[in-house]
Amino acid sequence: MTPPLVVATGLSMRFARQDPPALDGITADIPAGRVTGLVGPDGAGKTTFIRLLAGLLHPTQGGLTVLGLDPVTRADAIHARIGYMPQKFGLYEDLSVAENLRLYAEVRGLPPDEEAETFRRLLDFTGLEQFTGRLAGRLSGGMKQKLGLACAMIRKPELLLLDEPSVGVDPISRRELWRMVKALAAQGIGVLWSTSYLDEAEACDHVLLFARGRMLFTGEPSELTGRVRGRVFQVRGIGGGRRAVLRRGLELRGVIDGVIQGRNVRFVLADGSSGLDLQALDAGPRATLDPVAPRFEDAFLDILGGGPGGVSVLARNMAPKQPGPEAVVEARGLTKRFGGFTAASGITFAIRQGEIFGLLGPNGAGKSTTFKMMCGLLRPSEGQALVDGLSLAACPGAARARIGYMSQKFSLYGTLSARQNLEFFSGIYGLTGARRRQAMQSMVDIFALGPHLGESADTLPLGFKQRLALACAVMHEPAVLFLDEPTSGVDPITRREFWTHINGMVERGVTIMITTHFMDEAEYCDRIALVYRGRTIAIGSPDELKDEARGPGAPDPSLEEAFIALVERSGPERDARTAA
Amino acid sequence: MNTLAWRRLWAVIVKESLQIMRDPSSILIGLILPVFLTLLSGYSTNLDIEGISIGLALEDHSPDAQDLAAAFRATKYFKVTQGNDRREFTGDMVSGRLSGLVVIPQTFSRDLARMDGEVPFQVIADGSVPNTATFLQNYAMGVWQTWLAQRGDERRAGQTGLVRLVPRTWYNQELVSLNSLLPGGMAINLTLIGALLTALVVAREWERGTMEAMLATPLGRFEMLLGKLVPYFLLGMAAMFLCLGITLAVFGVPFRGSLAALVTVSSVFMLSALGLGLLISSLANNQFVASQTAIQAAFLPAYFLSGYVFEPSSMPYPIELLSRCIAARYYVSCLKTLFLAGDVWEVLLPNMAAMAVICAATLALTLGNTRRTLA
Repeated sequence: MTPPLVVATGLSMRFARQDPPALDGITADIPAGRVTGLVGPDGAGKTTFIRLLAGLLHPTQGGLTVLGLDPVTRADAIHARIGYMPQKFGLYEDLSVAENLRLYAEVRGLPPDEEAETFRRLLDFTGLEQFTGRLAGRLSGGMKQKLGLACAMIRKPELLLLDEPSVGVDPISRRELWRMVKALAAQGIGVLWSTSYLDEAEACDHVLLFARGRMLFTGEPSELTGRVRGRVFQVRGIGGGRRAVLRRGLELRGVIDGVIQGRNVRFVLADGSSGLDLQALDAGPRATLDPVAPRFEDAFLDILGGGPGGVSVLARNMAPKQPGPEAVVEARGLTKRFGGFTAASGITFAIRQGEIFGLLGPNGAGKSTTFKMMCGLLRPSEGQALVDGLSLAACPGAARARIGYMSQKFSLYGTLSARQNLEFFSGIYGLTGARRRQAMQSMVDIFALGPHLGESADTLPLGFKQRLALACAVMHEPAVLFLDEPTSGVDPITRREFWTHINGMVERGVTIMITTHFMDEAEYCDRIALVYRGRTIAIGSPDELKDEARGPGAPDPSLEEAFIALVERSGPERDARTAA
Repeated sequence: MNTLAWRRLWAVIVKESLQIMRDPSSILIGLILPVFLTLLSGYSTNLDIEGISIGLALEDHSPDAQDLAAAFRATKYFKVTQGNDRREFTGDMVSGRLSGLVVIPQTFSRDLARMDGEVPFQVIADGSVPNTATFLQNYAMGVWQTWLAQRGDERRAGQTGLVRLVPRTWYNQELVSLNSLLPGGMAINLTLIGALLTALVVAREWERGTMEAMLATPLGRFEMLLGKLVPYFLLGMAAMFLCLGITLAVFGVPFRGSLAALVTVSSVFMLSALGLGLLISSLANNQFVASQTAIQAAFLPAYFLSGYVFEPSSMPYPIELLSRCIAARYYVSCLKTLFLAGDVWEVLLPNMAAMAVICAATLALTLGNTRRTLA
């Protein structure tokens, strides 16, 4: 067996004395000719680890050799032999595809007589031949990522470091990238792929699992998932509400995790647990308990000691919503044109009260545009967006008072403290006096914000930031909640907690519209609208979409496979239009 | 440097040049800003004032008085409203429509005939605008002196005495303030342009994450900085020629030096201005901070300490000492020399040496501050 490309022993990195270490005693190897996944939630230390390998940071403690060299003293020699793609892909957006490639070729010292052949090979490999003259800034997210990869491997590197290459990239581009990376590994290149998507871990040959600067596991992913084998079940044939089944299940002793998967609910049991009592779930007479194959995420939650319980105090304290009109949120022929470009065209759907409605689609497909029109942030060129029967264009004030809004960037004021953010949002939603104090106190209690109230929102740990953002969005008990990629980068436990609250609120009659890139989150939705090229190409429950995509090649498609199949079916070749 | 390093340097130069051509802000700073700033400074910082609105109260109607009134009306420095009584103008004086009032009293002819050296008329100036008030008094006296001289009344015009003082100004004979202000202003403008051009370039690479990618390649920091400096130097020199062209063509300021001397002096200065921008950029890491800092750190000291308006020799010693660290000070001195006197190498060479020292120090600091790692 060839020696490992990277050997880390007791590697630690601390940026400031008072802060907890970003990396704490990491001992790991990275082998050649394989794809090694560096997996973990945000703040796990993945980027720090990669930067240490690239010699861009110097470790506080511990030993590290990369290609047999010390990255502190021999960074130059290492740089000549590795490829590195940082999080923003390292592309010059005002240079064209060809100019970026040439720059990297010259800076990396590719012999001039090899240039033509190398460019031809890389462009062919990445499928960018037709776009050599296009500015990198005008490429879609997936194409940028492929160009970044091409630049990183312009001189065949021995070790390829990819920092979160799949962030903000839709499932289709993600799949193409995996194909390329596997091909590189087959040529003997060692690839380090960092990701916060736990489902990507399963596709790796080898995994380093990080959380809060520590390594929780290293080895083949199947080894880790093997630990929860026989402890993962799906409750099928549920009569009545699956959200209630999930809530009851999570409260049972011996259940460490549970998620909704379409019409079914998936549970993970604790090691040594006697089993799951179907009676206690009250899932209806036809419910069955079927063992299913474990996933990496199940094992990750098992290592962390399981997820939160199933009861949302937030929802329990909320007054149930009075039944409203047939459709609480409605899009009627929504169309948005930017100059000659139609970002959304004739989008129509209706969301019933107490429904979770998901908007899904590849980057640049028009889902953000649609989302913004629905919450009144963007004026439609044609059509109407209605909330509780009120038009957002005609009476924006009245319609918006019924809405809670939380976005990807958490829409918090970074320089204000947590308390000031709560005060501000309670103020703009019109809470005053005792009601305001009460609402704020209840948010502080429910989300355990007490110790962090004085900290500015920017410096809060990501999990607390996300809780605070949700608190600000729901303090006024809105009838409708709009969530724009609300859990991006958040660790799985915080996400579970988030969904417990959402499920609880929905049971109280709150209506939810959400966009997400996480396919397992899409499974929580009652219905999904798949948006592609500015049009809805499919609307239905997750299971209906899977049924629609079922075919001879895919007898039991996952939601991600269904997503890819439906998008590909709707158009022969993917247009490489700029991401909006 | 080995052959490969030259290739990397060239790659960076090509890359930066392409970025300049595609980035509207570089074009704006490099080509539009010099035009704008030169026009602005040419039209706004003119210390000579023409067409001051005054009232002329002609209370004496003798031919002498009429003649003097005509002299006031004839000069381009005044815009005269004539009347017969000073009281007619008090309202306009209070409201500020008039900057001053010249009163030729009934006693004018009599006092003129007495010839005792007393000026037989009154000038009233609006003291709330002191600059204009001073001009008004000086110009009014000028009109008076000229009028007397034309009458052949030498005695009064030259002030009686054995010694006659005849002021003679060298280099800027007409004492047109623009002739010395615009070359100085060019130095200020080019300081700002040079620093702004490069202040953004390193910060931009940090902000967009390209610096991190470049750090992980064999590219050295020397190649990186030099590669950035070369195209921006050319753009900066183009800006210099734009400033020069407008100064000469639009404002008619004379240029008595040689183009070769100007290019030599400006090259040294431009390198130091670009170096300052690069230094700011390598310290700032984000474009907003970098551009703010460039404006504060480059423009303000250059404005106050370069001798453009305020003579360093009349500053308190510590401030004067500080002004010696400002490259613009030496450039102002060179430009004034080149525009008003010519290629006086005794002045140019020491100033160039001082600029070269500042430039070398700035670039060395920049190189030292360009990190090879992220923390």
